[in-house]
Formats: sequence, C-alpha cells, structure tokens
Amino acid sequence: MSTTTRSKPPRVGDRPAIRRTLIAGVLLVGAVLVLAPLIVIFFQAFSMGADTFAAAIAHPDTLHAIFLTVVTALVAVPVNTAFGVAAAWAITKFDFRGKRLLLIVIEIPFSISPIVAGVAYLFVYGLQGLFGPALQSADIKILFALPGIILASMFVTAPFVARELIPLMQAQGRDLEEAATSLGASGWRTFFSVTLPNIRWALLYGVVLCNARVMGEFGAVSVVSGNIRGQTNTLPLHIELLYHDYQTAGAFAAASILTVLALFTIVAKVLLERQGAGRGGRPAPAAAPAPVQGMNP
Amino acid sequence: MKITLDNVVKTFDTFRAVHGVSLEIESGQLVALLGPSGSGKTTILRMVAGLEFPDGGSIYFGEQDATDIPVRERGVGFVFQHYALFPHMTVAENIAFGMKVSKVKRSRAEIDGRVEQLLALVKLEGLGGRFPSQISGGQRQRVALARALAVDPKVLLLDEPFGALDANVRRDLRRWLREIHEELGITTLFVTHDQEEALDLADRVVILNEGKIVQAGTPEEVCRAPNSAFVTRFLGDANRLEAAVSEGRAKLGAGEISLPGVGDGKAEIYIRPADLDWGTQGGGIPATVLRVLDRPENRRILAQLDDGTAMELDVTPETEVKRGDRGYLLIRRANAFAL
Repeated sequence: MSTTTRSKPPRVGDRPAIRRTLIAGVLLVGAVLVLAPLIVIFFQAFSMGADTFAAAIAHPDTLHAIFLTVVTALVAVPVNTAFGVAAAWAITKFDFRGKRLLLIVIEIPFSISPIVAGVAYLFVYGLQGLFGPALQSADIKILFALPGIILASMFVTAPFVARELIPLMQAQGRDLEEAATSLGASGWRTFFSVTLPNIRWALLYGVVLCNARVMGEFGAVSVVSGNIRGQTNTLPLHIELLYHDYQTAGAFAAASILTVLALFTIVAKVLLERQGAGRGGRPAPAAAPAPVQGMNP
Repeated sequence: MKITLDNVVKTFDTFRAVHGVSLEIESGQLVALLGPSGSGKTTILRMVAGLEFPDGGSIYFGEQDATDIPVRERGVGFVFQHYALFPHMTVAENIAFGMKVSKVKRSRAEIDGRVEQLLALVKLEGLGGRFPSQISGGQRQRVALARALAVDPKVLLLDEPFGALDANVRRDLRRWLREIHEELGITTLFVTHDQEEALDLADRVVILNEGKIVQAGTPEEVCRAPNSAFVTRFLGDANRLEAAVSEGRAKLGAGEISLPGVGDGKAEIYIRPADLDWGTQGGGIPATVLRVLDRPENRRILAQLDDGTAMELDVTPETEVKRGDRGYLLIRRANAFAL
C-alpha cells in the first residue's frame, strides 16, 4: 500500500490515518446505535428465565396480538404485492400521461409520517369524517377494528414492492416483452413466462420487506386501532402496552419476536441479492436487483 | 410477401421522426434501411413490425392493409438490436417459445424437431442446452434469428443486426445472413448505419435522412449515381471542392474535368480518395503532402492545396511519397451538384 501511495498524491480520504479513523468511527456508531439495543432486547426477554419468556408469549393477549398481526400481513402483503407489480409494470412498460404523477403518488407513504396517515384515515372513516356517518348507518366498522388496521398498514407499505421492481424493470427495458409479443405471446403469457422469471428475486425481496414493515408498523395502526387490549392490538402496539404496564420481560419477549422477524428479513435480503447477482446474460445495470440504497426506511 | 409503405408519418411528442415515407419492397427482396442516427430508420422498421403505429399513412403486406394489425398477429419475425433473448431460457427454449405460445398447436416432438432443424440452419447444433449468457455475441445473434424464423414469419425484420459485434464476426455473419436469405427467400428488411454492411448485403438500399427517403436503389445505383451531396458523403469519404461549371466542364487548378449533366454556375464537386491520382509532373491541381497514413491495402495521402483546402487520396502501397513533397492531384472521377 505504501509503495502505491508514495508514487502518487493521495486521493481524498485515502491517507491511512483518515481511513482507519473513519472505519473505526462508523463501526463504533453502528455498534452503539444498532447492535447494542438489539442484543439488549434478547437479554431482557430472557432475564427472568425461559419460563417467564414462554409465559409472556403464551399470554392470551399476546397470542391475539400475534394472530392479528399475521392476519393483517396475510391481507396487506398480497394486495400490496399485486399493486406493486401492476404499478411497476405500468410505469416501466407503458407510456402514458401522468406517469410521473403516479411515481410521486407511490412515493408518498415513504415521505409521510405514518401517524399522519393514521389521522387521515380518522378523518375519512371516523364518525366526524367523510364516510363515517354512512358507514355507521350501514353498520360497517372500519376504525378501531381489523379493516382499519389493514388499511393503515397497506397505506404505509404500498411503495415497497413497486420500489424494488421499478429500477430493475427500467434497466431491463421493454425488449424482452416486445420480443415475446412479436413471437405471438399474449399479455398474460408474456408476463408469466418472460417478465416474472426475470424479476422474481427482486419481487420476493420486495415482499419480504413489505411483510416486515406490515408486521412492525406502529404509528398509523396505533391511531386507527384504538388500542383495545386483546381485540385490536397488533404486536407492536401490544409491546408498548406491556411496557407501560411495567411488564418489562413480557414487552421484551414480544419485541424479540419482531426482532427475529427483522433478522430473518436481513438474511433473506442477503440470500436474495446473491441469487440476483448469480444470474448471467443480463445487461449490466440489471445484473443486481439490489434495492436502491436509502429508500429502505 | 410484398411490403408497401404509403406516405407513413410518425411523430414522437414534438419530434417528427418519419415524414411521409413511401416505399415498396418486392417479395423476396433483401432491403437495407441506411441512415445516420435520428434518421427514422428504426422507427420505420418498428412500424412495419407493429411495435409502433404510424400517425398517418398506411402499411400493406401484399394487398392487405396491415397498418392497424398488432404485432402479435402481424406474422413478422423481429430480431432486436441487442437480441432480447430470454435470459432464463436455454437456447432451445428461446427458439421454441414462439411455437409454444402459437395458436397453432404443435406436439412436443414436432417442436423439438423444428428446433433441431433451426439450430442446424444457424449452425448451432449441440448448443440447444446452453443459456444465452454462455454463448458468444455472434452465436446470440444467430439464436435471435432462429427464434424469429421459428414462427414462419411472412417478413423478417432486423434492427442493426450486427451492431454489437466485432468487425470480423460481423463480416462472417453478413455473408451467412445473405446465404440464409437466398435459401429461404423470405422478404427481409434490415436497419443499419453502416454503409458497407448495407451495400454488401442488400438487393436494394434505402438511404434516409431526417425522416425522409433521400435515395433508394441497388447498391450499384446509389454508389455510381448518388443523387445528392448527402448521399455522396454518407456512402464514404469524399473530398469537396467548389468550382464554376460552364458547358459541362470545370477548371480545377491547371486541369479541367468534364461534368456532363451539371448546369452552368457554381457547383460542389465530390471526389473519393481512390478517384484521385498522385503525380509528380504537372497537369493536375498542385498540392503539398501533410502526412502519409499507411494501411494494409493502400497509402492515404493527406494533402493541402495551395489555397489551404485539405484533400485526401489513396495511392498504391508502392508509391514513393513523404511529408512535405510537392505534387499534383489528378481527378479520375467526380460527382458534382449545383449549388
């Protein structure tokens, strides 16, 4: 290293001292900010023994919260996957007026605070809201019930799949679809035989991310669910509730479930990116269906 | 299948890509659409394919108006510039794709047999199990052609078929495409910006500029009788001189050239480097040698006339000439256009 740096002037930040300081600093901040709290969660969860941990998990309210979270994900993730694929397909394969507008609309949930989304739903479906009275007279309960939780979760996670797919599909262009069509394939056939196999890893990653976020969503859901213990409490809301009740071990036990989910998501990301990079014969920008950094909240 | 374009117009947003192009391609012909980038050649090809639709005018396949027939039903074989092979399918699966999705149901054995036949046609026997990423650019190009031919197209359309290949592979594939065309006799239209490719391969060359046809004819016609300064310059290197023409003759330096058919007045005269001779005796236009470029087949002299005009000429490798020499340029052949 010293022989190469001696013969030419150092580039910015190329000096060993700067490089080492920077790496050490980043590692330290990463450990303190990210890693340490995660370790603490598991520590706390098991601090009163595995039995307490098991009891906390097996508590009916906790089980119900898990159940509610899973149901929400089972509805929100497929719907948002379908929406994401359709939006990505429309944006990358068609030319139409308002394309940019659609891109911006898809971005909104990323840039808006989830709690604002929750409050917005209150204004639409709440008793004083736009459809509130109509819904009440029809005896349809949206707020403070499962539909509200699902709607709020879907709002927050709407961009995830689309944002994974759009850069990849843009890089891939339309040639493959045009080729398939010129060979006589129908639109569906083209999608399933040509487009889908080429986006499958990015799609799967988008779904995994979307799922992690649906299960972990707090702000928007907290506004619309009403926080009714054992009825409208999803896992993140339940954790907060337990914590405020000074049931520390229970709160951390429930939190550890979400943490495991997060770890699973990270592992899936690494594996899927490796899959993506393993494919040959693609134009260079399409080779890695890696997400654009900085858009994962 | 004869293809007729009747006054076809295409505009993208505000950009007029194709202005009223009319063209007849006889059945079984191999025709090149030649032009610089932005001349509208690819747009025309895509309109013939049905991948774009014209804003005005009509396209006929034989007697049938094909203007509004979607690409899926138009029965064309399209070879994309970057081949657009399906990366997740093997070579054989790529070739079979069109037959598998076709409304005409074929048995598995029938499809496999046809794939083998096509692999043999494009000289890729035994490579059916490879993926596109595992074969060379030239082989991909041939797979793309086999895939397009698999659906028995009425018309074969190729977009810059050799654009992404090395010079040597390109020359081989050109000969080979010509052979396939002679064998199958399918009406073929291809787009290129490479004059040599167009002239080597096509029965007829259609030269485009800024969305209009500038000249169409056999390679011989466009080479020997270019109808404009643009065509002359586009087909190859040419020196440009201005001179006054009177009674079909123009004086250049100490010499005179005959330009039959050019009206009196000022004209621009184009002379190809190979149509100039280098003389050490008088009789031509006096010039000074600035540089000599040695090439495998000849020597190119970069010379300067006394008025500062730069001229290039090709001489035999045996010619003794060096930088700073004085001599005379003798014009053997020229094309002139009135200014």
